[in-house]
Amino acid sequence: MKQLKTELVSQKEIAASIYEAVVFHKEIDESFQPGQFVHVKTGFGSDPLLRRPISICHVEPSKHELTMIYRAEGKGTKVLAEMVPGVEVDLLGPLGNGFPVEKTMEGETALLVGGGIGVPPLYYLSQELTKRGVNVKHVHGFQTSSVVFYEEKFKAYGPVTITTADGTYGEEGFVTNQLDMNADYLFACGPSPMLKALENYQAKKGVYLSLEQRMGCGIGACLACVCHVQGDETGFAYRKVCSDGPVFQAGEVVL
Amino acid sequence: MSRLRVELPGLDLKNPIMPASGCFGFGREYSQFYSLDQLGAIMVKATTHEPRFGNPTPRVAETTSGMLNAIGLQNPGLERVMVEELPWLSKFDVPIIANVAGSTIEDYVTVAEEISTAENVHALELNISCPNVKEGGLAFGTVPETAYEVTKAVKEVSSVPVYVKLSPNVTDIVQMAKVVERAGADGLTMINTLLGMRIDLKTGKPILANGAGGLSGPAIKPVAIRMIHQVSQQVNIPIIGMGGVQSAEDVIEYFLAGASAVAVGTANFVDPFTCPTIIDALPALLDELGVHHISELTGRSWKTEWNLQSSSH
Repeated sequence: MKQLKTELVSQKEIAASIYEAVVFHKEIDESFQPGQFVHVKTGFGSDPLLRRPISICHVEPSKHELTMIYRAEGKGTKVLAEMVPGVEVDLLGPLGNGFPVEKTMEGETALLVGGGIGVPPLYYLSQELTKRGVNVKHVHGFQTSSVVFYEEKFKAYGPVTITTADGTYGEEGFVTNQLDMNADYLFACGPSPMLKALENYQAKKGVYLSLEQRMGCGIGACLACVCHVQGDETGFAYRKVCSDGPVFQAGEVVL
Repeated sequence: MSRLRVELPGLDLKNPIMPASGCFGFGREYSQFYSLDQLGAIMVKATTHEPRFGNPTPRVAETTSGMLNAIGLQNPGLERVMVEELPWLSKFDVPIIANVAGSTIEDYVTVAEEISTAENVHALELNISCPNVKEGGLAFGTVPETAYEVTKAVKEVSSVPVYVKLSPNVTDIVQMAKVVERAGADGLTMINTLLGMRIDLKTGKPILANGAGGLSGPAIKPVAIRMIHQVSQQVNIPIIGMGGVQSAEDVIEYFLAGASAVAVGTANFVDPFTCPTIIDALPALLDELGVHHISELTGRSWKTEWNLQSSSH
């Protein structure tokens, strides 16, 4: 992990309040893995004070560029959305442990399930799995048509099913109604009710879930983002979402 | 002698900058960014007799130029701190200030007695001011009689000097400071966090699962400065100041108020390099102020002889 003073290369709103930002720094390289995140300082003063954890949507090692997609909803992300190309964006990264891409083998199948702003890290994952010869399928759920993004981009790697809660785009309802039950792996990122619904999915080789939690330091020191360990009777065992996760195998932690 | 070197009871500090308890774990994470040898000291995470999981999440919420936390003294317990954390820290040339917490006076005494025997623990910080635990913590720090009792009991068993961490959540912090001084405290650390709350507009409920939490960050610095200004004039023991420190300028302000050393808390989360950056920036700032040694600044805001000097220039 490093502190990188990156340069904002581009930024655009790709769906309602959903922004895609690309940053450059010569130390952005292959060490940034799918499922990891960066901890971003938004603005330049003490308000907003804390960094914002944002997932890595894509990395282009040859260009030393990193893409992140976020929803401008709170104070910090709204400030970030105002930043213009050329400014410095201070980030810590890569942080946490990502999806176990190295476990997958050529010819295996993977189902990638994303919910809302949990979709972006699956893009980088899908690319890396495809490179290894894994057959990927995507099921992405959104609230409504105006916040759907990256459908075409994901199609480059495999079939995409979109669901919207209000039925204004794709299939009406939730991702859980659209799951193919034969995958070797299931990789998911999204809100915790979605992850809970996916926890008992029977993948042949493994189910990996990326969690979200309010964070302080982002590196494991402050203990703000802890969760309990499943089956731990002492009640004292814990995992930190920031540094032990954010990706956990289903069944490891209490969702 | 280095112009940043400061000597306090039990502590020979190469510089007066240290990370504050609860904002630095036991140093492992930040050692990935820089060598901990650079630090004046390290105030490690509060240690209780038994392991604690702490409070449910969410445990943090941001506020204007600040943050609320309600971690709840999560720690691995005395035994593991003695066997794993403190020995790991001993590879660095840096004195450790062990933060001691508990629910009963017996808890405090048990932890203090044992942890003060660790070779690299040069002082204790008695945590009678944590706002995030149901029993103990703040309960000891807001009632003068219990603050006196727990300080005295810990002093009797500790092998190293004892600093008492004061809570700002009291009517009269000078009274609390005097009480713990009378009980034998070798120094004070102040301030702990201010009790606060944020409410989520969507749910209509507090953001923190614990409801209330402790406010830290730049927002509380003026409160800390005022309290140190008051207390330092009324006690004869040194003060390690803390609350919203982000820069070398902030450190100078703390010294002027009456602090003899300064701890950095929340700023570590914002910029992991805050402590070494401040240490590097201090000498040039002292030059600018025309000060040779940083200790000369302690209490200048209220020392009348300094007023006379400065007005005669």
